[in-house]
Amino acid sequence: MAIKNNRLTAEQYQQNFSDIHPPFDSRESALVEANRCLFCYDAPCTKSCPTEINIPKFIKQISTDNVKGSAHTIFAANIMGAGCSRVCPVEKLCEGSCVYNLLEEPPIPIARLQRYATEQAMEKNWQLFTRKPATGKKVAIVGAGPAGLSCAHILSREGVDVTIYEKENKGGGLMTYGIAAYKVTPQFCEQEVNYITALGGIQIKYGQELGKHISLAALKAQYDAVFLGFGVGLARQLNIPGEELEGVVDAIRFIYNIRAGAYDRVPVGDKVAVIGMGMTAIDAATQAKRLGAQEVTLVYRRTQAEMPCTEAELDLAKLDGCRIIWLAAPAMIKGEQGKVTQLVCNLMQLGEADASGRRSSVETGEKFILEVDMVIKAAGQIPFEELVTSNQLQHAQGKITVQKNGATNIPGVFAGGDCVNGGKEVVDAVQAGKLAANAMLDYLSS
Amino acid sequence: MTDISANFLGIKSPNPFWLASAPPTDKKINVLRAFEAGWGGVVWKTLGSQVKNVSSRYSAVNYNGTKVMGFNNIELISDRPLELNLREIKECIKLFPDRAMIVSLMADNTREKWHELIAQVEDTGAHGLELNFGCPHGMTERGMGAVVGQDPEIARLVVEWVMEKATVPVITKLTPNVHSVVPTGRAAVEAGSHALSLINTIQSVTGIDLDTFVPNPNVAGKSVFGGYCGPAVKPIALKMLATISQDPVTSKVPVSGIGGVSTWKDAVEFMLLGATTVQVCTAAMKHGFRIVEDLCEGLNNWMDEKGFKTINDFIGKSVPHLTQWEELDINYHIVANIDQTKCIHCGLCYIACEDGSHQSINQQYGKPYNTYTIREEDCVGCNLCKLICPVDNCITMVEQRKGPEYVNWKEFQLRGMPLNDH
Ligand SMILES: Cc1cc2nc3c(=O)[nH]c(=O)nc-3n(C[C@H](O)[C@H](O)[C@H](O)COP(=O)(O)OP(=O)(O)OC[C@H]3O[C@@H](n4cnc5c(N)ncnc54)[C@H](O)[C@@H]3O)c2cc1C
Ligand SMILES: Cc1cc2nc3c(=O)[nH]c(=O)nc-3n(C[C@H](O)[C@H](O)[C@H](O)COP(=O)(O)O)c2cc1C
Ligand code: SF4
Ligand code: SF4
Ligand code: SF4
Repeated sequence: MAIKNNRLTAEQYQQNFSDIHPPFDSRESALVEANRCLFCYDAPCTKSCPTEINIPKFIKQISTDNVKGSAHTIFAANIMGAGCSRVCPVEKLCEGSCVYNLLEEPPIPIARLQRYATEQAMEKNWQLFTRKPATGKKVAIVGAGPAGLSCAHILSREGVDVTIYEKENKGGGLMTYGIAAYKVTPQFCEQEVNYITALGGIQIKYGQELGKHISLAALKAQYDAVFLGFGVGLARQLNIPGEELEGVVDAIRFIYNIRAGAYDRVPVGDKVAVIGMGMTAIDAATQAKRLGAQEVTLVYRRTQAEMPCTEAELDLAKLDGCRIIWLAAPAMIKGEQGKVTQLVCNLMQLGEADASGRRSSVETGEKFILEVDMVIKAAGQIPFEELVTSNQLQHAQGKITVQKNGATNIPGVFAGGDCVNGGKEVVDAVQAGKLAANAMLDYLSS
Repeated sequence: MTDISANFLGIKSPNPFWLASAPPTDKKINVLRAFEAGWGGVVWKTLGSQVKNVSSRYSAVNYNGTKVMGFNNIELISDRPLELNLREIKECIKLFPDRAMIVSLMADNTREKWHELIAQVEDTGAHGLELNFGCPHGMTERGMGAVVGQDPEIARLVVEWVMEKATVPVITKLTPNVHSVVPTGRAAVEAGSHALSLINTIQSVTGIDLDTFVPNPNVAGKSVFGGYCGPAVKPIALKMLATISQDPVTSKVPVSGIGGVSTWKDAVEFMLLGATTVQVCTAAMKHGFRIVEDLCEGLNNWMDEKGFKTINDFIGKSVPHLTQWEELDINYHIVANIDQTKCIHCGLCYIACEDGSHQSINQQYGKPYNTYTIREEDCVGCNLCKLICPVDNCITMVEQRKGPEYVNWKEFQLRGMPLNDH
């Protein structure tokens, strides 16, 4: 057993990381689905989209060959509508609420239709928004992820000059560095960032880290308002013996390497254990498998009823041949010569429901051992607590506390996205950026 | 056993489904394949003076992804040599003696020309003649087709010429491009026509190319009004047929119903309004002759279910159900009812009633699913919501009479009963 890279041929990588939800092949195939849409009133799908895209309207516009109008409808509510159409867990959002589900019929493929319209807009570079005349106001945004970009676009549309400070050298945030490669490619993310910033009035300064190269105090002094959208950090520590062994990796780091480099340069074990059952865990497990790992096991302390990922994601892992062990909590990682050889787990059982209503898991006293050479930690991410506290931002375990409109305890400083909610979806971050931008416009004009 | 055969003025066919005079009936190979597929009869593509067709010829109306909901054409009568047509007609009759062979005619407007054409056609052994007084384009400029059908007196004259010569049954095909088909229908019957058929195509513009600005169909940058047919025209055809079946003169003769028939259900509707046979064109042009299989099987099964032994048992059965508006019962009242177990919360009934009818549906917010309920006291029983609801039998209309007795509009006024207050 060993951790190594370059396990597959170029064609195999290509195939394993190709688009998991392929787009419509043709206008006709898109129209078949668009015409199925009932054009619901006060549509349940729209209510279940965190950015409240007017779904019946954009679908109708596809069916009337008004694709430009359709793209505008989408982007007006969600400037990352193109990215969202590829990465949103739609089965628990819009498509999960489509009325066709109640007829036991397949729901309208909303995301695929959304992709149909937005992809054309990006390919043909339709610029659907124009900036209002400059107001002379200036805003600084920290983080060029979905929250930051969404906030920037709305502010710039209204004539505000926006400067984004981003610590990495690419925009897009976890869209670029975190989300599974078979959902979005780095090239796509780059195109999306360029498409958004083509509006004008948005400058992204790369390699600028808050707390290192810049300070909140300085931004506050230089700008009329500040938006914080710096997301969350690395994976939560397991706090068990053996965590320092070679072969124990952080899911975010693992995926970052897949996203930032070439597939054949990313090392992966023969037998891999992934700890956790969220979206990140699924992405790490499936991508480990797709990089050529022989055996991948997902280990989760609760049962399927409590898992944070959706059914569709679980199915994805299963279809990729990943094994799942429910009611298992890592207790210890053992190794030889400093390298991982075993994961020891406690067998759990379900206990009382906690405050959130989710049942806790308690040890049964029994243990079992998995022979593995790699352990990927994906049991949630931790907020940048130090960055938050050192800037006197009110917070709860590192998650910035904001009002409904995104205002923090510091006047003129707003925040949204993962750094506030602790890690949800791209579409939530976009909505948070949008709400904050609107609040900031009020703030700037008062 | 159910018998679906038809006897139209002694012209027998194993089923009441005939192909209308049009491209599917314009030559031997088509007609033989149609008979092989099971069609009961054909009306051969109209014969007459020499013409030449243009290209393109057709255009269509698509609706919500369904192609050819309506169809239009600017074709003329047969552009093949008359002798060739006559020879092929003869051959088809010989090969399929049990099928109806009607030949459609449109001669130049003189007695001699009509007599000459009828003699030639009867020589083939054709079972009947259909006079095309309906073609709305091309032929009208020459004083033929719809021009004849639009003027009852000209129609009367031409039918008289025809009746002087014809020895086989004569059917006059009516144009719908008139405010009422009854005057021409009467004139034809009074002049001796044995039967009527309707409708021919309706003048139309199906659409315009938004890039070239040329209406459809495009012939070198120009277009003309075309004849509309297909599913879109069925309701108009049914109404026109009903007026023929209601009129004391025209109702005396058998009718062949035409216009938008695609399914056995459409056909049954034509028959319920008085048609003895039905003719099909667009549906066969769209799907091919094979559609006759389900036309026959569907009709057969429906008749079985209803206990009808022959088609005569139900022809015209719906005519007495049509009345005058003044005779409708004003005390009859229905209100909508939503079956909450079937409702999928699409909100379509709500917005339709709200913006298009009587604001009688309550919307109660829910995430993601709203609840919709009817306010019975406001509901006028218009059917709109029920028509729009995507789920079968989710909205039903429940009878809630305003009073026990029949009251029509005259009576209603006499009694000074209350008008709507909203
Ligand atoms: C493995 C993984 C898979 C996921 N899969 C999906 C998915 O399939 N679908 C989905 O909808 N969501 C998914 N998510 C969640 C989604 O990526 C995030 O919710 C979303 O990107 C949050 O946007 P954000 O703008 O708040 O933060 P981020 O996307 O994290 O963006 C924050 C930006 O701020 C920058 N930054 C951080 N600190 C600083 C600093 N100090 N100074 C300057 N810049 C800084 C970062 O480099 C980054 O560019 C996934 C997340 C992970 C980790
Ligand atoms: C392309 C085309 C050509 C037609 N040619 C004739 C014709 O020569 N003579 C005629 O009486 N009717 C002609 N018709 C009218 C049809 O016979 C029929 O009356 C009409 O199409 C309505 O029926 P449908 O809805 O089934 O098509 C033609 C229709 C079409 C579509
Ligand atoms: S719920 Fe489904 S059918 Fe209704 S508007 Fe949304 S996508 Fe269309
Ligand atoms: S029947 Fe008409 S008035 Fe009554 S609820 Fe339905 S739409 Fe409204
Ligand atoms: S139209 Fe039918 S399914 Fe839709 S909300 Fe109304 S009752 Fe329910």
